[in-house]
Amino acid sequence: MSMIEFHDVEKYYGKFHALKDINLTIDRGEVVTIIGPSGSGKSSLLRTINGLEPITSGKLLVNDMDLADSKTDMNRIRKDVGMVFQHFNLYANKTVLDNVTLGPRLVLKKDKKEAEERAMDLLKMVGLDDKAASFPSMLSGGQKQRVAIARSLAMDPKAILFDEPTSALDPEMIGDVLDVMRKIAKQGMTMVVVTHEMGFAKQVGNRIVFMADGKILEDSTDVADFFANPKEPRAKEFISKIINH
Amino acid sequence: MFDILNSNWGVLGTGFLTTIECSVIALIFSTILGTAFALMEISPIKWVHAVGRVYVEVVRNIPLLVITMFFYVVIPKYVLPITGFAAGTIGLTIYTSAFIAETVRAGIEAIAKGQMEGARSVGMTYGQAMTQIVFPQAVKVIVPPMGNQFINLVKNSSVLAFVSGFDLMYQGKLIAAATLNTFDSYIVVGIFYLILTLPLSYFMRYLEKRWDAA
Repeated sequence: MSMIEFHDVEKYYGKFHALKDINLTIDRGEVVTIIGPSGSGKSSLLRTINGLEPITSGKLLVNDMDLADSKTDMNRIRKDVGMVFQHFNLYANKTVLDNVTLGPRLVLKKDKKEAEERAMDLLKMVGLDDKAASFPSMLSGGQKQRVAIARSLAMDPKAILFDEPTSALDPEMIGDVLDVMRKIAKQGMTMVVVTHEMGFAKQVGNRIVFMADGKILEDSTDVADFFANPKEPRAKEFISKIINH
Repeated sequence: MFDILNSNWGVLGTGFLTTIECSVIALIFSTILGTAFALMEISPIKWVHAVGRVYVEVVRNIPLLVITMFFYVVIPKYVLPITGFAAGTIGLTIYTSAFIAETVRAGIEAIAKGQMEGARSVGMTYGQAMTQIVFPQAVKVIVPPMGNQFINLVKNSSVLAFVSGFDLMYQGKLIAAATLNTFDSYIVVGIFYLILTLPLSYFMRYLEKRWDAA
């Protein structure tokens, strides 16, 4: 069962060709990590999946809905596909609890009590139930990111997109966030993760996609083999750089 | 100076009240109109954005007196008869709304794009994201410069004097002409304006401080 399907997708920012001939099918329950040098189109690819960036041409199906069709309700898709951002994007004017409950209440029309019960369970899962009444500005980066993951889970999405979720964190905070992501992966969530954490890619991911210059150069379900024997020269170069680093 | 006050108390009082009346009406409607045009300016729909942009650029680059005269002279001649007070208040509303639109737009744009994206990513509509997340944060950015616009508005209401609007400035002019004591007359008028604008100025400063502390 496919969750996300790219068919011959192209994306331009003005004259800049950001995504070139993307063909990629992601099944339910897959944990796909997308790696590659900066500016390779990883984030753009991710952001097209929930319609934050429109595609220029080709076909993109998410949960069997066609994103290029103007009749498609983007809010429907976003309800099913959560997103975790590099800079968290928590609502600065809302408490942690409200950050998690607002979507379910406004979009899923859950009542307050039901939404809050679920939110508290999720906050417990990410280890932050004691911060429910805090505002985002009072949290560390790692805590903010865990709240953001709880916010995304509260919508009961069918897939979650992670856009460099640990890149803005202090090194000692990264472990906690990756632990939460590992937990979600174990529960069978479909995850697409743009990351520089090769450890996560190796241990948790069950598929790896390597991008450069807006193109998918390698796509492998044997993650260990990809790191041991990259085929493309660009991938070889990239891997040797991060390992020697 | 006290002679002027004593013998013209009634006239100055009416002028003072007229100035307040004009200011309050213009303040309410220019805020509504300005916010509407600000929302148009930030709209992702191209033609809506263009309408907002053109309105703001045209209106804020024409003198207030010209806009007011248009309503005082042109509208009664070709459309319907309106009083000087109405012409002045409409002119002031339209003129101020362009500046308020710029203030509101800048405030909304000061809120990081990520706040909107975070809200949209859970499926909130543009309107929900605006009202729940972006606007409440933008208000704190908007209010201090908005205070300046309101103070300008009160002072600019003196444009009524040019169109027989019977405001404070108009009455002051009449008293100055009648008593030939121009110096004292205009000092008294100035003090009346200060009675309106100084509290407004202090209130804005108080709000700013309270929000900075929070």
